[in-house]
Amino acid sequence: MLTNLLSGDHPRSLILTLLLLAILAALALAPFLFPGVRSLETAARICIFIVLVASYDLLLGYSGIVSFAHTMFFGLGAYGVALASTHMGRGFDALIVGTLAGAVAAAILALLIGLFSLRVRAIFFAMITLAVASAVAVLVSQLSGLTGGEDGLNYSIPRELTPAFKLGKLFGISVTGKILNYYLVFFASLALFLLLLRIVNSPFGRVLKAIRENDFRAEAIGYRVVLYRTLATCLSAAVAALAGSLFAIWLRYVGPATTLSFEIMLDILLMVVIGGMGTMYGAVIGTTIFVLAQNYLQNLMGVAASATEGLPLIPQLLDPDRWLLWLGVLFILSVYFFPTGIVGRLRAED
Amino acid sequence: MTTAAPDHAPKYAQLSLADRLGKAMPLLLVPLLVIFGFLSIGSTSSWLTLTVSGLAMGMMIFIMASGLTLVFGLMDVINFGHGAFISVGAYVGISALLALESWTGVPSLLLNVSAVLAAVIAAMCVTGALGWGFERVIVRPVYGAHLKQILVTVGGLIVIEQLIHVVWGPDEIFLTRPEMLKGAVTFAGAAIEKYRLLAVVFGLVLFVAMRLVLKRTKIGLIVRAGVQNGEMVEALGYRLRLVFIGVFVAGSALAGLGGVMWGLYQEVITAGMGEEMMILVFIVVIIGGLGSVEGAFIGALLVGLLQNYVAFLEPKLALISNIALMTAVLMWRPQGMMPVVKAK
Repeated sequence: MLTNLLSGDHPRSLILTLLLLAILAALALAPFLFPGVRSLETAARICIFIVLVASYDLLLGYSGIVSFAHTMFFGLGAYGVALASTHMGRGFDALIVGTLAGAVAAAILALLIGLFSLRVRAIFFAMITLAVASAVAVLVSQLSGLTGGEDGLNYSIPRELTPAFKLGKLFGISVTGKILNYYLVFFASLALFLLLLRIVNSPFGRVLKAIRENDFRAEAIGYRVVLYRTLATCLSAAVAALAGSLFAIWLRYVGPATTLSFEIMLDILLMVVIGGMGTMYGAVIGTTIFVLAQNYLQNLMGVAASATEGLPLIPQLLDPDRWLLWLGVLFILSVYFFPTGIVGRLRAED
Repeated sequence: MTTAAPDHAPKYAQLSLADRLGKAMPLLLVPLLVIFGFLSIGSTSSWLTLTVSGLAMGMMIFIMASGLTLVFGLMDVINFGHGAFISVGAYVGISALLALESWTGVPSLLLNVSAVLAAVIAAMCVTGALGWGFERVIVRPVYGAHLKQILVTVGGLIVIEQLIHVVWGPDEIFLTRPEMLKGAVTFAGAAIEKYRLLAVVFGLVLFVAMRLVLKRTKIGLIVRAGVQNGEMVEALGYRLRLVFIGVFVAGSALAGLGGVMWGLYQEVITAGMGEEMMILVFIVVIIGGLGSVEGAFIGALLVGLLQNYVAFLEPKLALISNIALMTAVLMWRPQGMMPVVKAK
């Protein structure tokens, strides 16, 4: 049963298993273990980003393709739900239609980009996705009639998923629609994650790894490299869009800054690299560490900046707005010194 | 019994017209686009203004893109951090110009031009040195691994951009051009900004100079040979690594130059400008054919002209005109307009 659920891909390290179990338990019981709006927000964010990062790892870690358009697909899913809820009115049908439309649109767009760039050189893909993603981001902020521009869209979701819906008390915590919403996010994320685990451990995933290691040999054995790469791109885009839909359902708001910005793309890259490229469990560990650090470390930087007020240059370097600077340094160092990430390290030790 | 060889009469045939047109097509695209612009705009004066500004924009993009494409051709290194040099160049150059206010504020051509020259030299020195450091620290450990190269150079881009914020503060800097470069000249009823004319002339001179260096000097020969077949050049005893570092530094300095020119063109600079320009630079490098300087030149002119024409005709479409251009070119020639022939 467990082997089937995990598709035979066990963590293969005691520490890693314990960490994963702890994260799973914490996320599953988050509303009861950590009551409070902010910690629930953090938990939902971790769930959604685990899926997003895992779908990116399918590209970067398993297929060896660098894409800068992953936030674009994420945004497509989010805007799908937002637009459907705005135009079809409040209801579960709007959520479903928006989610499906977003995922299909993302897969088609990924197919188009893939057809143009992947058949020549994998390196084209990185540059073209960067160009297309930035064009889409500008387009979304310009077409304010449709997308709400920079302000984004606010919309209402079914009442059953909002804090106004009360169910009673459980373990001293009043169960509201918000908690139902959280469990929707949690179980959907869990299912998507297990699906991705299934994909990478299937024969298809094995071919992807072969292509990553040596595309020439894979082609020589008889696999159509372009086909596999394009398919991986489409799958990853569709899953990213689904994660975007979950994000939109959870937040009840979409805007360019929260779904499309280049900064989120960097966050995703960093989570993959820190956790470990080429393992789905890396996405879980990387995302959890990163989101927690992002939420709590920035406060620490503010404290450090004010503590070093009198010194030259150091307060500017430690300013919370310079958070990205340290991320960049961390990113370079981890690519150099921990290319296999935390999971790779843990697995190597056993 | 032996059979006679089949009859055949080899003859020297000239390339057919279609073949020759196909070869020259990339070169013809620019005049074709200009004519197309003329036909669809209708008014001579606005067409002239738009063409000059399109050419000026194209020249500046070319200056930024030339280094990137050569670096890729020579060492198969794709530098996503190239945009950081554009921003740093702009900040250093504009700071120099602001410091030389006594030279830029008076309407004297000599003083104005020397102030701009000083700014350009300062920017190129700083970005050249930065490029040297970048090559040593960021790029060198990851030769031959595209995936890591992309990741690490993106990291470098972020770090440099954030350091600009640390040094110059988080706000954008507004500036005014030197006195003599302000205003416009009127020609055939069209108002043409002086600075744009200067940018076109400057870009042309630079392109010709670069071509001369590449085609007429020994170092240019080594660079071109290195792009085609690096191993062979090394086997002949040239240290290609040194050449590569030289090209990397020169490319970074050119990016800095492009940054100063772009800053003067827009009259505002931000730390994110390099990142924005990188999008255009990538499009240019891709449609030109990775590694090809001529291709990048033509691609840059196409992007500049098309963007200006479309912005005039249909402002909403301007955003996607470049993506459309890239898609069209890649459908026509999947390797770019002038792919570099690799002897492998």
